[in-house]
Amino acid sequence: MGVDRREFLKIAGYATLFGLGGKAAIDILAPGELEASMEGIPLTQGKRWSMVLDMRKCLKQQEAGKDGCKECIIACHREHNVPDWGNPMHAIKWIWQDKYEHVFPDTPNQFIDEGVRHKPFILMCNHCFNPPCVRVCPTQATFKRDDGIVSMDMHRCIGCRFCMAACPYGSRSFNWGDPRKAPKELNPDYPTNPAYPERSMGVVEKCNFCVELVAKGEFPACVQACDKIKVNALNFGDLDAPESNVRKLLREHYTIRRKPALGTEPNLFYII
Amino acid sequence: MLERAIKGTHGYWGWLIFLLALMGLGLGCYLYQFFEGLKITGMSRDVSWGLYIGQLTYFVGVAASGVMVVLPCYLHDYKAFGRITILGEFLAVASIIMCLLFVFVDLGNPTRIMNVILYPSPNSILFWDMIVLNVYLMLNIVIGWNVLAAERKGVHYKQWIKVLIYISIPWAFSIHTVTAFLYAGIPGRHYWLTAIMAARFLSSAFCAGPALLILLCLIVRRVTTFDPGKEQIRTLAGIVTYAMIFNVFFFLLELFTAFYSQIPGHMHPIVFLFQGLQGHGNLVPWMWTAAVFAILSLVLLIVPATRRNEGTLTVACIILIIATWIDKGLGLIVGGFTPTPFHTVTDYWPTTPEMLITIGIWATGFFVLTILYKITISVKEEVAA
Repeated sequence: MGVDRREFLKIAGYATLFGLGGKAAIDILAPGELEASMEGIPLTQGKRWSMVLDMRKCLKQQEAGKDGCKECIIACHREHNVPDWGNPMHAIKWIWQDKYEHVFPDTPNQFIDEGVRHKPFILMCNHCFNPPCVRVCPTQATFKRDDGIVSMDMHRCIGCRFCMAACPYGSRSFNWGDPRKAPKELNPDYPTNPAYPERSMGVVEKCNFCVELVAKGEFPACVQACDKIKVNALNFGDLDAPESNVRKLLREHYTIRRKPALGTEPNLFYII
Repeated sequence: MLERAIKGTHGYWGWLIFLLALMGLGLGCYLYQFFEGLKITGMSRDVSWGLYIGQLTYFVGVAASGVMVVLPCYLHDYKAFGRITILGEFLAVASIIMCLLFVFVDLGNPTRIMNVILYPSPNSILFWDMIVLNVYLMLNIVIGWNVLAAERKGVHYKQWIKVLIYISIPWAFSIHTVTAFLYAGIPGRHYWLTAIMAARFLSSAFCAGPALLILLCLIVRRVTTFDPGKEQIRTLAGIVTYAMIFNVFFFLLELFTAFYSQIPGHMHPIVFLFQGLQGHGNLVPWMWTAAVFAILSLVLLIVPATRRNEGTLTVACIILIIATWIDKGLGLIVGGFTPTPFHTVTDYWPTTPEMLITIGIWATGFFVLTILYKITISVKEEVAA
């Protein structure tokens, strides 16, 4: 596709002019924000895609609304036809929320800052630099791409679930039943995105950092959703580019990662 | 020699029909699972393996334990075991068939199973497990069959069979080591991430497998005119005793490391299994049963009088099998997934269809075993006559 940032912005701008909404609208309403979050990215040419989650912004937004904020989750699950089973045992999660102490169980602290205790943090696949799920897959159905994204071929997966045992982050979900047979009342307009391939029963799936959007020069759906409401808590960028948005954020803020002692080298960073 | 399998008593046919009925029931439940998905099992996104993979692990051990009769016979020239090596090898065949079936029913997408061969992935332990299990199956079929055929003709088996026998000895150790590596190399699952896993697996296999073989020998003696032999059973009992001592010892080593270091990740799965964690403890009575049975069986095995008495030896073998089965076929898997990566606990208990599929596969294993033993014993009876 070869769409660089400038071209992308141009297209987005035209799209807005024609009333289609999108990023350019944000750029006009919140000048600088989008520029900052896109620094150093030709979206199709990353070497090590990563995300810096600014939980200060995210939690602030969650506390502002009565029911919190689930924009990123809704956008992602619509984009990828993720069914809702209404049963936590069979839940399929690409991006979700959980309490701080569940997200960082290895750093227990009974006297922790009330600003994070029990607070809902955003979770998704860490797109590990050294992913154990890829190591154990017997069919190479899950693999690490040259741009660092840990992706998944749901049409090659045999459903052995070795990757689910290997992932220390609970980031992989299995289709325990046929997604089309998920309760209709919970999934009234399923499948939500005919453009995205549907999976069959009995395969594993996970967050793919929206490879299908990145290939078109677009941000992942969660990032777009977060930017759209002007929260800009999710910063997607290339860790390999020293002047990228994510590297800047990492230079300027103290960040933590989930279970770093395991050597998986997560590419998701949290600003607390 | 196969024709000997279709000549038998009413009891023999009755037993086979009983097993066929269980197999049919299991197959019916499997078809239900095939069309509805694995959601009909008790597994979940948190405990994503269960009874099936537990049985795989347990029966790989039983299969590997065939080496406990083969090794003394061929490496130490312990002639007495020559009488029962085929029984050990055919037990391994039946066990491996069960293992392969347990992997198969656990797959979410069984129709794609050939992808493991189409896209060989040497970095995956499951790929190696597939190789070692299938080769071990072939080795035992070829060796058992050829040795039996030679015995029938009253000749010595061919030299190349001897080569295969020597290969099969380290191969038996490899199958259970590789199976242990499925678990022992996974970051973040503390109950599994232990260097002693393979050693624990082998020790529990080398007590549970020969214990099952002792029971089978006693059944064979009762229902046929072939006697596997008093000395043979006595030697097997000695092997079971030593292996069980190692097995319990290795488990105690785990307890020491976990509870003296006080590292929460190491302690939590064991606390969950034996005491319950965060209010979840459905395996607690099972694990204590296993602990009590393990100690009882050790007492019965270590005291010479009870080990040599076939009545008490039978009891010891039965409770030893139950203890090791709970430890490896149930606790090992659920303990590995508990607590979850989020430090929560999700209960697992197999559903009825899941248990019936498991019983169906056990029945398949015993069906294969019955036929192989029937052929073997018919040949041995003929030769003796």
